[in-house]
Amino acid sequence: MADFEPTIVAFCCHYCAYGAADLAGSMRLEYPTNIRVIRLPCTGKITPVFLLRAFEKGADGVYVAGCLEGDCHFIQGNLVAKPRVNYTKKLIQEVGLEPERLEMFNMSAAMGPRFAEVAREFTERIKNLGPSPLNKKNRNKTDKAA
Amino acid sequence: MVIGERKPFDEIMRMAEGLKKIMVLGCGGCVTVCLTGGHDEVRVLSSQLRMARDKAGNPIEIIEKTIERQCDPEYVDQVESIVPEVDAVFSMACGAGVQFMAEKYTGKPVYPSLNTTFVGGSKKEGYYVERCQTCGECKLYYTGGICPIARCSKSLLNGPCGGSTKGKCEIDPDVDCAWQLIIDRLKSLGMMDRYEDIMPANDWRTNRDGGPRKMIREDFQR
Repeated sequence: MADFEPTIVAFCCHYCAYGAADLAGSMRLEYPTNIRVIRLPCTGKITPVFLLRAFEKGADGVYVAGCLEGDCHFIQGNLVAKPRVNYTKKLIQEVGLEPERLEMFNMSAAMGPRFAEVAREFTERIKNLGPSPLNKKNRNKTDKAA
Repeated sequence: MVIGERKPFDEIMRMAEGLKKIMVLGCGGCVTVCLTGGHDEVRVLSSQLRMARDKAGNPIEIIEKTIERQCDPEYVDQVESIVPEVDAVFSMACGAGVQFMAEKYTGKPVYPSLNTTFVGGSKKEGYYVERCQTCGECKLYYTGGICPIARCSKSLLNGPCGGSTKGKCEIDPDVDCAWQLIIDRLKSLGMMDRYEDIMPANDWRTNRDGGPRKMIREDFQR
């Protein structure tokens, strides 16, 4: 398991976490290369379908990073996302994936160091959990289906 | 609208045992509105099924499709070309939709993915409540627009009963006493004279007790 490098998808809000990722880069902060950032206009755009398809296409872990609660650019998009992420945890648990493979984080655009910290912590968490138990041989098939 | 709840995932997995290719078919009607059987829910269930089967080393191929309504032949006909390709259809419609699919595609197993629960409405997004029991003889004129059949736990026509306390039903402190609501409403409308009339015993033949029901508009028959 020591050489396991997980694939992690981070759905990041344009107004905060994506800015924080940019800042982390400008600050020359190091964080694991396992993270694949997908920019969203707001985490309120997230639905269970997005999260499930990420796992289906081979992600070992997925997280959603939105604005600090109360600071959403669209008033309450991050508050919409939070229960959806919790609901999706139940959906992946039904399938047999650990709910810890999915998480929601909140940060502001000024929190570059926090972005790097979340990326490091989450990567560590997924490394401890090990690869996604989904049968990797079938990934090409699910790619087509999705 | 008709409200449905998705069946437990394990139950759907058991129904899919041994199947190699299925269609998960959503309905664009009531179950889309109550967030249990529309386009998004088809994608969620299909993803879950694919992942669970991949994990078990027994992959399943799924065609995802949603039609306008499954309780109408003209829409049910639209999947005619897909049905022969699959081992079974998993309908995400209410019980009516499942049966319309099964009636049209006689040679193909059609399985339900939802439990059809009640006729109701949404208090807010994602929060649905029962309002009608389709008894076939509407009494809302007499009761201020609040249904004693659907909303009184005992379906009493002359209530309330002794189980009503501070406006709540004895079965659950969160359930309103329908007859308290009716009286409050009739009082505010100044129509308490309607409450004074004793309603005769109900004729349940218009309900399910008369067997399966149908409704025919003669002017549409050709």
